[in-house]
Amino acid sequence: MGNKQTTFTEEQLEAYQDCTFFTRKEILRLHARYRELAPHLVPLDYTNNPDIKVPMTLIVTMPELKENPFRERIVETFSEDGQGNLSFSDFIDMFSALCEASPRELKTIYAFKIYDFNRDNFICKEDLEKTLNKLTKGELTPEEVTLVCDKAIEEADLDGDNKLSFADFENMISKAPDFLRYRHLFCYVFIF
Amino acid sequence: MRRKTKLPGGVEEQTGRSWPRNVVAMMMRMKARMSLLRGREEEQPIRRKEAKPRTVMRRTVMWGKERRERREEGRKERRRKKKRRPRVRRTPLNSLTVVYAGFDSVCPFLPSSSDSNSNSSEEEESMSEGEMARLMEEVEEKKKLIANIRNKPWRMQRRLKLLKEAQEFVDKFEGALGKGKGRKWYAYKVMMTKKWIKFQRDFENFRTACIPWERKIKEVESHFGSSVASYFIFLRWMYGMNLVLFGFTFGLVVIPEVLMGLPYGSIPRKTVPRAEQDTAQDYSVLMDFNGYCKYSVLFYGYYNDQRTVGVLKFRLPLSYLMVGIGTFGYSLMLVIRTMAKNADVGGGDGEDSDFTFAWKMFTSWDYLIGNAETADNKYASITTSFKESIVDEQENQKDENIHLRRFLRVLANFLITCSLGGSGYLIYFVVKRSQEFATRDDLSWYEKNEMEIVMSLLGLVCPPLFETIAELEDYHPRIALKWQLGRIFALFLGNLYTFLFALFDEVNTKLEEEQSIKNASIWAMKEYYANYSRLMNDSEATPPPMDPADVIRGPCWETAVGIEFVKLTVSDIQVSYLTILIGDFARAVIVRFLNYCWCWDLEAGFPSYGEFDISGNVLGLVFNQGMIWMGAFYAPGLVGINVLRLLSSMYYQCWAVMATNVPHERVFKASKSNNFYMGLLLLVLFLSLLPVVYTIMTLPPSFDCGPFSGKDKMFDIIMETIDLDLPAFMGTLFSYAANPGLIIPAVLLMVLAIYYLNSVSEAYQNSNMELKKKMKMARDEEKNRRNNADTTNQVMKDLEDLLPNRSLIPPAPPEPEKPPEQEPKPKPTKTKPGTAGKGVNLQKDVALASSNPNARGPVSRPPGPRGPGPGPGAGPGRGRGRGPPPR
Repeated sequence: MGNKQTTFTEEQLEAYQDCTFFTRKEILRLHARYRELAPHLVPLDYTNNPDIKVPMTLIVTMPELKENPFRERIVETFSEDGQGNLSFSDFIDMFSALCEASPRELKTIYAFKIYDFNRDNFICKEDLEKTLNKLTKGELTPEEVTLVCDKAIEEADLDGDNKLSFADFENMISKAPDFLRYRHLFCYVFIF
Repeated sequence: MRRKTKLPGGVEEQTGRSWPRNVVAMMMRMKARMSLLRGREEEQPIRRKEAKPRTVMRRTVMWGKERRERREEGRKERRRKKKRRPRVRRTPLNSLTVVYAGFDSVCPFLPSSSDSNSNSSEEEESMSEGEMARLMEEVEEKKKLIANIRNKPWRMQRRLKLLKEAQEFVDKFEGALGKGKGRKWYAYKVMMTKKWIKFQRDFENFRTACIPWERKIKEVESHFGSSVASYFIFLRWMYGMNLVLFGFTFGLVVIPEVLMGLPYGSIPRKTVPRAEQDTAQDYSVLMDFNGYCKYSVLFYGYYNDQRTVGVLKFRLPLSYLMVGIGTFGYSLMLVIRTMAKNADVGGGDGEDSDFTFAWKMFTSWDYLIGNAETADNKYASITTSFKESIVDEQENQKDENIHLRRFLRVLANFLITCSLGGSGYLIYFVVKRSQEFATRDDLSWYEKNEMEIVMSLLGLVCPPLFETIAELEDYHPRIALKWQLGRIFALFLGNLYTFLFALFDEVNTKLEEEQSIKNASIWAMKEYYANYSRLMNDSEATPPPMDPADVIRGPCWETAVGIEFVKLTVSDIQVSYLTILIGDFARAVIVRFLNYCWCWDLEAGFPSYGEFDISGNVLGLVFNQGMIWMGAFYAPGLVGINVLRLLSSMYYQCWAVMATNVPHERVFKASKSNNFYMGLLLLVLFLSLLPVVYTIMTLPPSFDCGPFSGKDKMFDIIMETIDLDLPAFMGTLFSYAANPGLIIPAVLLMVLAIYYLNSVSEAYQNSNMELKKKMKMARDEEKNRRNNADTTNQVMKDLEDLLPNRSLIPPAPPEPEKPPEQEPKPKPTKTKPGTAGKGVNLQKDVALASSNPNARGPVSRPPGPRGPGPGPGAGPGRGRGRGPPPR
């Protein structure tokens, strides 16, 4: 470990371990992964917190995200500037929220943000339609899409405003059986 | 600081809320004191000396207070207490700046200013209990924040910042808590807590690093879905268990015998007999585990019956028996514990949902998928499932389908039962015939191998047949997998049965043979002694000077059984590895490369690539484990072989599945608890426990081999130990304990306990169901109420508008009871056609639940308490069918 240890200081590692669900090894690995995305951009030495961002186009090529229908939304949600450019902190934040250990509450919050395509703090019908089209690659007919979205809103909407607020969403997710919740709401593995 | 207040969200608000309460008073007082103290700086030195030991702590307190003070200053002071400003300014500038710098930098203990030092002792006395408590509270709050910061939905930058802040705060202040003498102890405790947390974290890191193959399995999972991964997780679990068994067996039996027992060649049981010595090193002989293998530490026969070995007086035979029984005990315990734990995690596979579409929409994507093919499959399966649900929704009144499906399911089960029965009979028939053949000599090749051929044919034909029939049933693949597992399991039981049957036959013949040999050798020995004493005129006969290789010996049925099991295990390994090599690898190679020059598309068309056969692999593993359990007693080396097998199998199958298989057509999620596998394992464990215990308890051990030679029964070794090694009263104790008068009550007690626990768990289950129902009802009620209140019920709205003095009506007019007999808003009476009975139940429950508020009296109730509940739609709710609320 001796000479390779210079990526982060001990304090940084401790802080990251406090702020995320990762072990120090995983954090170092994540950094390696992050650096892999743009080796010319990302320095090895992170001890002085360089302000570097990797654009979304590079992030979504990661095998973990590559096949995900919501990859752009995920990256956008976690990027501080909302454009999908991730600094290392955002990057590690993203995977921390996505990893297996993070609690359901946290995941629910982020999931809500991800599904809220137009960022109005409600999941409305357009959001649902977008979600559905991404999920099925547009294989359903428009009538079917409408039906499904209507049904989904009808099922989950408690306050009758025809869109899902976070409370509705949380209520719905919290009732989902465990095996759906665990890895299907939102959970990632690292193929390190 | 300013910037921080601007950030949105929790902690600022929290601290913002808590600061003023805690601090203002203290701050005020402190400021006053500071200005005072500055005046009498000269008086201080004496007292300062007194207070020396505590100063450091105090200083930190002071310093933090100053910090808070500053913070407050930013927020409030300016607004509220303008007149104080000048005084604050008088605080030495350097102290402020230093504090501020320390606040944002990493280093917490920059030298604080001199005046805080000087007034520290004064401050010490004057800090009141209340302040202390508040401070403590705040520190606790911060600590909580540190522990939970990873759970907050904030940006990482902000999290880091808050973390640092909170840590500094805690560092500085927690030393101040606790009083006088207790303070040091408190500081010590705090330090230890920190160390402990650090240790825990390191340990956690270490532990995760110790779980093997995590990455490999995850990789498989991401390509093939959780169902395939569940097999590998099961394999890993099995490996862990076998490793422990291996540790026991080798540590307590094999190694002591090797190190401390007699060496090879010293006694007959440890020597290859003269007749076999020529061929004992031939490859084919060794591959059959004869020759040197047979007379090695791998097998039962090699062990000597010395009561103790070595200088440590290690009681090897006793330990042998204990390890044999302990293997079963440990496995049983482990399997059952794992099952219980999994059942905890598993929860219900509650399919009867209110959120079919919503869940499908938001939770159907398996975020683990990282492979294009799998992803395509997933897209397809999501689309299909949506379409299925749509169809369900549209035609959910139509019942023909369900009848057809039920009919098909019954038909499929009937067919499978028939084929199972048929194959059972076939096996029975073949076994019978083979017993007949055993007495004859003129057998053709087919007749000799009939049983094996039939068995392997059955194993080859039946599983695909079952799978085909199972398609009639049209279950979800997860459920289909369970059925498939159960059916093949039943088939394999036949396999096991024939094997055991043959084995017992063999053992019985060996026992007879042994009896005759034993008699013969005893007779020969007598003869020899008689001759010896007659010739030498010496009654003190010495044993004949015979080479151990020449001694006549019995067949040693235990070793024979052990060899049988080892052979079976090894051939099983070979077969399964070859199957993978040929069935998967060769097929994949052919499909891949012949595709360039073939008439049709091999990859998409007929042979295609193989899918990973979950059921076959799981069952293979389970039955293999059964062999190990049965054989381990007779061949201690078997456990070692099995560990090697599982180890290699992990790598080999991981490679094979990644290299040659394609994901399943319908990628499905495995249920989180693979308790079904465990259940099968438990069953096999019981099945394999029986014959071993039977042999230990009833069959006499061989007279010239193994650790129990010379005893009547194997467990006599325990009696012997009790008699010879334990104090006498223990012997009597045991004899009392073995008294039927004691055992029967004990058994009765256990049965009662089981009964009690069972009924308790049933009761829990019932109440669980009840609660679930109630929750569902509550949800329906709430939803309906809100819906009615806000939008849907136009009539009610109009009525509401017509009410006089509407604005004066208190927020919750006496209403929201729904009439019990009338389900408001005819919910598409929940989808599943088969649940008519449920609907009825629900209605009943509605009646039950709403009878309660009704009983309270609808008129006399004060309007407040039972509002429509918090939430966006918390306006006055309206009951639906009741007409206007009573005025």
